[in-house]
Amino acid sequence: MPTFWLVILLCVIAAAGYVLGRQRALSSAGGDARALHSLPAYYGYNVGLSTLVPALGLLVVWLLAQPMLIENRVSGMIPAEAIPEGTTLGLVMSDVRRVAEGLDIAVAEGVLTSEQVRNMRSEFSDIRGRLGEVGVALGSDVRPEVFNAAQAYRSSSATGHTAMVIAVALVALVGLGLSYSKTNKDFRARNTVERAVMALLILAASLAILTTIGIVLSMLFETRNFFGLHSWTDFFFGGTWAPNFRGDSELSILPLLWGTLYISFIALLVAVPIGLFAAIYLSEYAGPAVRAFAKPLLEILAGIPTIVYGLFALLTVGPLLVRIFGQGENGVLGVEWMSGATSVLTAGVVMGIMLIPFVSSLSDDIINAVPQAMRDGSLGLGATKSETVRQVVLPAALPGIVGAILLAASRAIGETMIVVMGAGAIAKFSANPLESMTTITTRIVSQLTGDTDFASPETLVAFALGLTLFVLTLGLNVLALYIVRKYREQYD
Amino acid sequence: MTDISQTPSNMGGAAEQSKSGSLLTQNARTRKRNAAEMRFRGYGIAAIVVGLIMLVVLVTTIVGRGTGAFQQTFVTLEVELLESKLDKKGNRDLEDIKKVTTFGYAPIIKAAVQSKIEGLGIETSLKPKDMAGLLSKDAAAQLRAYVLENPDQIGQTVEFRFLAQSRVDGYLKGRVSRESIENDKNISGAQLDLVDALVAAGVVEKTFNIDFIIGADASDQRPEAAGIGVSMMGSLFMMLVVLALALPIGVAASIYLEEFAPKNWLTDIIEVNISNLAAVPSIVFGILGLAVFINYMHLPMSAPLVGGLVLTLMTLPTIIISTRAALKAVPPSIRDAALGVGASKMQAVFHHVLPLAAPGILTGTIIGLAQALGETAPLLLIGMVGFIASNAPETIADGLLAPNSAMPAQIYEWAKRADPAFYERAWGGIIILLVFLVTMNTVAVILRRRFERRW
Repeated sequence: MPTFWLVILLCVIAAAGYVLGRQRALSSAGGDARALHSLPAYYGYNVGLSTLVPALGLLVVWLLAQPMLIENRVSGMIPAEAIPEGTTLGLVMSDVRRVAEGLDIAVAEGVLTSEQVRNMRSEFSDIRGRLGEVGVALGSDVRPEVFNAAQAYRSSSATGHTAMVIAVALVALVGLGLSYSKTNKDFRARNTVERAVMALLILAASLAILTTIGIVLSMLFETRNFFGLHSWTDFFFGGTWAPNFRGDSELSILPLLWGTLYISFIALLVAVPIGLFAAIYLSEYAGPAVRAFAKPLLEILAGIPTIVYGLFALLTVGPLLVRIFGQGENGVLGVEWMSGATSVLTAGVVMGIMLIPFVSSLSDDIINAVPQAMRDGSLGLGATKSETVRQVVLPAALPGIVGAILLAASRAIGETMIVVMGAGAIAKFSANPLESMTTITTRIVSQLTGDTDFASPETLVAFALGLTLFVLTLGLNVLALYIVRKYREQYD
Repeated sequence: MTDISQTPSNMGGAAEQSKSGSLLTQNARTRKRNAAEMRFRGYGIAAIVVGLIMLVVLVTTIVGRGTGAFQQTFVTLEVELLESKLDKKGNRDLEDIKKVTTFGYAPIIKAAVQSKIEGLGIETSLKPKDMAGLLSKDAAAQLRAYVLENPDQIGQTVEFRFLAQSRVDGYLKGRVSRESIENDKNISGAQLDLVDALVAAGVVEKTFNIDFIIGADASDQRPEAAGIGVSMMGSLFMMLVVLALALPIGVAASIYLEEFAPKNWLTDIIEVNISNLAAVPSIVFGILGLAVFINYMHLPMSAPLVGGLVLTLMTLPTIIISTRAALKAVPPSIRDAALGVGASKMQAVFHHVLPLAAPGILTGTIIGLAQALGETAPLLLIGMVGFIASNAPETIADGLLAPNSAMPAQIYEWAKRADPAFYERAWGGIIILLVFLVTMNTVAVILRRRFERRW
């Protein structure tokens, strides 16, 4: 039974439980709801929840744990000498999974019967060819150990699934039976239900922690695998980024970090002056009409998806820059400084446009938080408005503005689509903003799209890059929030 | 400029200066200060104008480049569906008709083009093969699909609108000119002469192209047949997953944090966590999705379900933050009144606070969904690009689990392709995406205006 239908079945049982529980409570009170401890619906909820929640919980845990257990058992079947030179157990296991999935697909499409699959011997039949027919491409011929492991994988998956369906259904029915038998007019149904709902609320709130743990763990594990295959000194201190498939890739983060920081710097160079001056004008000079008109319009820029900016960089800004700085008769300046549309400047400028509203609305809030008394004092001493802004308001708002700029920087470092489409793919150290360079996020995308092999350092490096990116942006955010919060305490 | 921190001796100098001048005429220093004031103000206005110009440029670029995608050039021909070619046995059995591949339809189309041109009396030196080359490579497949749907039409002559190939389309839209095709293998000057004659005869014309909105993506060679409809379905299913998961979980988490959570270290950790998650780069969520949902849980690659799960995790902080704001806006008197008439705390929240906060929650959810709809980076990592989603999903399970694309991923895919005709599609796709986003945001604003209560 597919998991989807199992969930539907659970919901049906729970709905039936609600009706049954409510009826039993009412009949135990002789049909008079006033004699019950709680409102009748609570008795129904109680039965329904005791049916659904433990069963769904078991289902989730089972779905998470089963692959791990099976993986452990099956990988124990593969002897160490069956792992060819240059690969790892993980790679062999991914072969096993592919074969197992392929066999499942073949059975589902009717190319093979389950009987045939069970009696297949890799020594006698051409498994690779048969699986190729159903669209599962295998890199090499299937070796007997792999095939046997795949068979074991299939059979334990199937057994596990059947056991799961039975266990989950059983838990649901036991929950139904127990809570139904407890239902009578004196049962404190509301208290029980409220305790359960409270537990669910806490569970939902802690999902945020689970997500963070998931992010950190998933990247840590793969990063550890990566450092098992590739030296960490090269990753952190090497000077070249040159992945290849011969196995002697040089994977250093430094050129990528340089590209990332350079592009972010240019983006901030565009966004900070424009955003800051816009914020100053909107909060200090503009009348309510201008403010009501310009502020939402500027904020539209923040709501536009990054893919739009990416396309804008690739198809509009890039070609425009080539026409200005490019070679041949097309170049307006007649210089040959730029050959392709992708460059640091392209990505930086477009990213700067995206960040304008980010800087402006954050600084706007901060400038507005500076007490009016400080402005009045300065103006009363005869300072002009701009002198007040420069010498009183801005110094008072400075920590907050620095925080806003740091947040914008963290946004710029983590931005993906604009640099994927506008920055290019060449990793190098160069100070020329008209050359194309590459960034951490761009490399994550390119190492993880297409056919990926989770046993090669060229793929796994993406996780190390991701972890670095995560730590970098998290650090910037924490620093920014710290600065902003510290500043806020002065006036509250 | 430095009047606040001026030393007494300077102050004295200034006083002397003003003694000699009049209050009605500005002295040099005042003029300088006023000029600085004007400059500063000018910088502010310039910054806002630059920002607004960027917005205008962006919007005009999108509209200017994208509207072309909604129109397509069609060639109207009378096609004789020869029974001898399409249904040799003559029994109208679908299985038999299906055996005729698109190669079987090509000669029929070629004949139709030739007879049309001869019928109009247009002189051309082109060979019949080049005449048929004006049509899309999709034309045979188009005709075959039509015949399979209407087998009773075999043996008759039907009027049929074929897609023109992308260069012809570009020629009518002004993207392709006679100079730009000099090195182009796909079309020749003589063919463009023929196009001019056919346009004059009304055979080739540009009309509204519904297939762009509802159709499926097409391969590299056939930009004229590509549409965004199927990836729209992919986006729709992802949004359903996000709505079904992020809304209940987000609301539950906010209720706990806002109404029940005791002030302790655990609550603090959760709150810090949520605000940090809101600032994590979206691509990191893609890595999480790849590692957990695909590598560990073995959910299918490219499935909208996985995309939806990843976007759920990404949207949750947004929804939680706005829901908490909405709950906070409900005054404590409501809770006190409910508690006063004997409701439990849980009843007060679920029966009274939550309904009053619903418009705010809904607004936040819609804005979160709009954000998720435009997100691309995590989808690249879970494989929602790089293939052609050719069929619209038929069942819900199919829609969730069968490989599909999503609107922004489809736009990225088009932008990567070599043929410039796809760029027009990409801009057109952006128009559709933005229409969705604008609609969602407008609904959110209207909801807020209409139902928001000030206490």
